[in-house]
Amino acid sequence: MRGREAIIGILLMVLLLAAPVVASQAGEPFYVTLATRIAILALAATGLNIALGLGGLVSFGHAAFFGVGGYAAGILAAHAMSMEPIAFGIPGTKQMLVIWLTAIAAGGLLALAIGAISLRTAGVYFIMITLAFAQMVYYFAISWPAYGGEDGLPILLRNQFPGVNTLRPLPFFLICYALLVACLAFFALLRGSRFGAALQASRQNETRLAAVGIPPFRIRLVAFVISGAMTALAGALFADLNRFVSPSMLSWQMSGELIVLVILGGVGRLAGPVAGAIVYVLLEYFLGGMTERWQFFLGLVLLGVVLFARGGLVGLVAGRARHG
Amino acid sequence: MQLALFIEQVLNGLQLGVMLFLMAAGLTLIFGVMGLINLAHGSLYMVGAFACAAVAAWTGSFWLGLVASLAAAAAAGAVVELAVVRRLYGRDHLDQVLATFALILVFSEGTRWLFGSFPLYLDIPPQLAGAVALPGGSQYPLYRLAIIGVGVLVAVGLYLLISRTRLGMRIRAGESDREMIAALGVDVATLYTLVFALGAALAGLAGAMVGALQSVQVGMGEPVLILAFVVIVIGGIGSIKGALIGAVLVGVVDTLGRFLLPQLFGLFLAPSQAGLVGGALASMLIYVVMALILAVRPRGLFAGEG
Repeated sequence: MRGREAIIGILLMVLLLAAPVVASQAGEPFYVTLATRIAILALAATGLNIALGLGGLVSFGHAAFFGVGGYAAGILAAHAMSMEPIAFGIPGTKQMLVIWLTAIAAGGLLALAIGAISLRTAGVYFIMITLAFAQMVYYFAISWPAYGGEDGLPILLRNQFPGVNTLRPLPFFLICYALLVACLAFFALLRGSRFGAALQASRQNETRLAAVGIPPFRIRLVAFVISGAMTALAGALFADLNRFVSPSMLSWQMSGELIVLVILGGVGRLAGPVAGAIVYVLLEYFLGGMTERWQFFLGLVLLGVVLFARGGLVGLVAGRARHG
Repeated sequence: MQLALFIEQVLNGLQLGVMLFLMAAGLTLIFGVMGLINLAHGSLYMVGAFACAAVAAWTGSFWLGLVASLAAAAAAGAVVELAVVRRLYGRDHLDQVLATFALILVFSEGTRWLFGSFPLYLDIPPQLAGAVALPGGSQYPLYRLAIIGVGVLVAVGLYLLISRTRLGMRIRAGESDREMIAALGVDVATLYTLVFALGAALAGLAGAMVGALQSVQVGMGEPVLILAFVVIVIGGIGSIKGALIGAVLVGVVDTLGRFLLPQLFGLFLAPSQAGLVGGALASMLIYVVMALILAVRPRGLFAGEG
């Protein structure tokens, strides 16, 4: 079963790479942008999959990390354009590498703060508290006018990567794709590592994990920080894709969407977020093309998946989940 | 004058708290009895508001609209329970979150389909349109006082229902041991539908009453839903008493924070700066309060008592 899952994963990744290359050759840059959106959302959902899939931590507040990553990109770029230092003489930057590191650090720190409080609770409390903290960040972004407040913050020119023309769609897609591959590899390594084993054990039987001398809280907190940092990285890319950051990246709908991506594809599966993102973005695109009321039908599709396709789409093809 | 303003803000906070209580009571009841986390509770609030606005516009009577809102929300709740939610009781919270999230999409788009994208307006009933003089000389709208009164009545009614009636006894029994009451011959499936419809009706009532203060529009339910989550997390999930105290706390802290914090920062900052910092902090204040309470009591103030 694991073999079948790997084949599906490789197929999906090849497809995700081939489609935009072909579209770019055919002079259809719109489809390249669509594929970039898929890659970035898959990356964000892979981050969530670490907490949700491996650790069983149902975070309903990952939009906070996604948005903070986006604002890291937006704020650094805005200061670079205006040539004003951010604070204490630190200048802004248009360099993606610096922006990514900042986003990862900011997302990780925020996850550390939120996790330290939220992980004291479990179950429904955890779901609601992560949601509430994300709302707190959301309202802060709306009421703080320095960086656009409710209107958001435009990024006039896409940020730069050494040796690559990021203004063209295909090279930017390839950057996002490469990061997605790297993070998927990281996810696979993490899942197979001793840490990953402990994390999955904390989901399956917390008491037993504590009995062998591993404190579940610390394991979960580290996983939550890694998860938040990865989602923040995706947020920075998302801001660069849209050349725009706004509080909507921090909204609770965004958190819901990320959960949808993970569950749609299959919780805890390596290829789950990729499958989820592909299906979600294509559904959005095709349903949106057919009817203005596409969210109505999306809701019905999601209901169908929850009620009748447990284990997600990858689970439908590759068999039942390996863990419970 | 300052005192009158303060009293007015406290009353506003109480009114927000009462409205949150109507939402939180349903949520916490549904979670306590069925173990279900219902994100679509905000949609039922919206259904109540739309039903009230539509019927009031059609018949010209706010009171008929209020009755319609209760009926529509309870009916929508019962239908949702029978069609979808019933299948989710045994599932883990993740499935419940996703399914009820999908329900929000269906409800929101469905409502937009029926009523269009423009907000509806609902007038305050003429009997309650006046104002009452407060100590200190300012006027306070009678309608807002009436909302507080309704909230107190509902709180008392819920208390009596749960502690004094047969249905309440079954609800309490369902909270503590659902297999046992099923074995004793109680029709648990019907009980669950009733509880869900009751929670939905309370949400619909809240939506209808607030609909006359704000505009009635798609998406009005979710901000309230999230505040109601904060309320039940603070109060302790499953506890109605906790929901009442949490709701009043959140309502008053939020309203007074928005009123007092900018003034507080005004003592040592320039006015424009003070408004900025105070306003931003005030919008985060209830979440800070929640974090503080959870740091001391991770399961809320009244967990395990309800």
